[in-house]
Amino acid sequence: MKPKPPNKLGWTKRLRHGLSKTRHSFVHNLERIVRGQRAITPEILDEIEELLISADLGVNTSQTVIDYIQQELKRRELKDYLSIKNGIQERLLQIIGTNHNGLNLTATTAVIMVLGVNGGGKTTTIGKLAYRYQKQGKKVVLAAADTFRAAAVEQLKIWGQRSGAGVIGYQTGADPSAVVYDAATAAKARGADILIIDTAGRLHTKKNLMEELKKMKRVVGRCIPGAPHETLLVLDATTGQNAIIQARQFHQDLELSGLVLTKLDGTAKGGVAIGIVAELGLPIKLIGVGEGLDDLQDFDAQEFVSALFYGEDNEKD
Amino acid sequence: MFDSLSEKLQATFKKLRGHGKLTEKNIQEGLREVKLALLSADVNYKVVKKFIEDVQQKAVGQEVLSSISPGQQVVKIVHRELVELMGESFRQPALAPAPPTVIMLMGLQGAGKTTAAAKLARRFKGERRNPLLVAADPYRPAAAQQLNLLAQQLNVACFIGAPGQTPLKTCRQALSQAKETAIEVVIIDTAGRLHIDEGLMAELTELKQALSPHYIWLVADALTGQEAVRVAQGFEQAVGIDGVILTKMDGDARGGAALSIRAVTGKPIKFVGLGEKLEALEPFHPDRIASRILGMGDVLSLVEKAETLYSEEQAAELEKKLRSNRFTLEDFSSQLKQLKKMGPLENLLELLPGMGNSKALKGLKPDDKQLLHTQAIIDSMTQAERLNHKIINGSRRRRIAVGSGTSVQDINKLLKQFTQMQKLVKRLPKSSAGLGRMRGLPFS
Repeated sequence: MKPKPPNKLGWTKRLRHGLSKTRHSFVHNLERIVRGQRAITPEILDEIEELLISADLGVNTSQTVIDYIQQELKRRELKDYLSIKNGIQERLLQIIGTNHNGLNLTATTAVIMVLGVNGGGKTTTIGKLAYRYQKQGKKVVLAAADTFRAAAVEQLKIWGQRSGAGVIGYQTGADPSAVVYDAATAAKARGADILIIDTAGRLHTKKNLMEELKKMKRVVGRCIPGAPHETLLVLDATTGQNAIIQARQFHQDLELSGLVLTKLDGTAKGGVAIGIVAELGLPIKLIGVGEGLDDLQDFDAQEFVSALFYGEDNEKD
Repeated sequence: MFDSLSEKLQATFKKLRGHGKLTEKNIQEGLREVKLALLSADVNYKVVKKFIEDVQQKAVGQEVLSSISPGQQVVKIVHRELVELMGESFRQPALAPAPPTVIMLMGLQGAGKTTAAAKLARRFKGERRNPLLVAADPYRPAAAQQLNLLAQQLNVACFIGAPGQTPLKTCRQALSQAKETAIEVVIIDTAGRLHIDEGLMAELTELKQALSPHYIWLVADALTGQEAVRVAQGFEQAVGIDGVILTKMDGDARGGAALSIRAVTGKPIKFVGLGEKLEALEPFHPDRIASRILGMGDVLSLVEKAETLYSEEQAAELEKKLRSNRFTLEDFSSQLKQLKKMGPLENLLELLPGMGNSKALKGLKPDDKQLLHTQAIIDSMTQAERLNHKIINGSRRRRIAVGSGTSVQDINKLLKQFTQMQKLVKRLPKSSAGLGRMRGLPFS
């Protein structure tokens, strides 16, 4: 089948569109809770906390936001809906940080290694990345190092055809490190600008599979000095609090350089990513907002947080 | 953070000793711990709220029992309530009187539909029901190919429509083929879709109307957070759900999603996916997942696992051998094989209470290779050596080491362990109770 036609909307709008269901409930609920209240009582704070938890921010992150609001309540008058909303937004932005640098692709052959649990959207993300860079006139090679899942290599090959990127891959069951080695060699020989490595999905609790990833990372580092230049963890926006444990384990074993948040076109907000950023200090680098080839975007904290909060009443575009 | 829930509760309730009854005031703090624990396990916040209210109601007024601590008492109440909320125990899905029984799987992208479909097919095949897998996902690249490859591995039939064909047409063709051949169960693997994607949801409704499947199961990822409820409601409202398959339960996610889906939709969880291998699909047991959510381990699953592989007679035979000191390396080897059948040691450990995330065990990775080495050593022995390990002298040890690719030290270690075990067994009490407990756990 053909890929879906690229959506014509701008990404901000699309992100907001994707987040809109959440936005409705979040903003509306916040409004419902706060509007018309004379003072912010502990009960109201409890309700706000619940609201944050329902966005998958988790108990800890929600607590820090509530603490902040409580603090600000003492310092200045935070009593109306807007100032509370802004207060939450401010705190979240503080956590995520606003300096958003894109992918580090300055090396002659820049290597991006993509990891994550099963079904997070690794292969799709790689397909979109390949399309993006090929379109920019860069030469991309894809390494099909998911040699476990049936037809994973074929799936990547189809993405390769769509984007025009070369794909190095063998049959299912091949040694993934060998694929990485051959792909790195081929990328250098072909003078590729970017090598993207697709790995098999794995739960962070499988020690031997984590070891396999470490080996792949070592192998590519030997072939191309400094590689991988980006080690990205792909995270499904619907994931709950387990994502923090996942990210911690992947980071500990493989030293991540950033996160990719996928499937933000649903109603999930990926609130857990904020908790991960808070705990591990990892930047969110890319977000996936749809199934089309163009639906992968650079992350922008300001946009992300405000998209989460924009209500119908102050929609700007 | 979760394994410590019962410990936290113990600490919180310590001061309650000596109080006659649990009151609203003195369980408040404990219930806050329960609430935070449930939220961290991704149980939906609305479900948590309602749940805490219920528990509070049941707990208040109960006498503080002297035999167990108030903490345990509350854990017990919480556990019982969780089980109740989780719904009925597993029931084998009944097959339609006129075959084929049609099962349609649906869910978000990446939930594990294709893998779950293959696992179901394997299960039905094991029950001597002839399954047909139908690839009704024309969108994801190579999705049909993936299903086809899995079907080949299982040696079951797989139907793939012509390229570019609608899922409906594919399914219709598959059904008429199933009716002509001796297919008893048709499993339809649909494309992943968002519950808010109206176009794709309409496609499912269309499939439902045209095929009238006997079962429509939602495949849900155990890692899902608060979103689980919205997803389940979305699919329930648009298409209707008969049951749920929960995937990726082999990680350390607590599976609060399961509880939330069940509580909100009232639909039972049917199966859980516990690994990437195709046999890793098990019936859902409410009590076990309640224990897991509370970090209480899953001894029942472990015992049951052991039981299915270990008959009463085998156990009796083993006991006799152990008693009369006729337990040889050969028996040891067959024990190891049994143990291996129970799956990776890592998974087994997780089933033990407190093992799931215990800090002490964090670094301990039970080594399945160790078992393999031991097996290789025993396999490299002669029959005579296996029946009487005492004849294994230095030169025999060297030969065995070469044969098994290990070192003489390894052989020494194994033989030492084996003699120690024999001694240990001799010291066991004569009552069969002691050994009865060993039945399931060969060398615990």
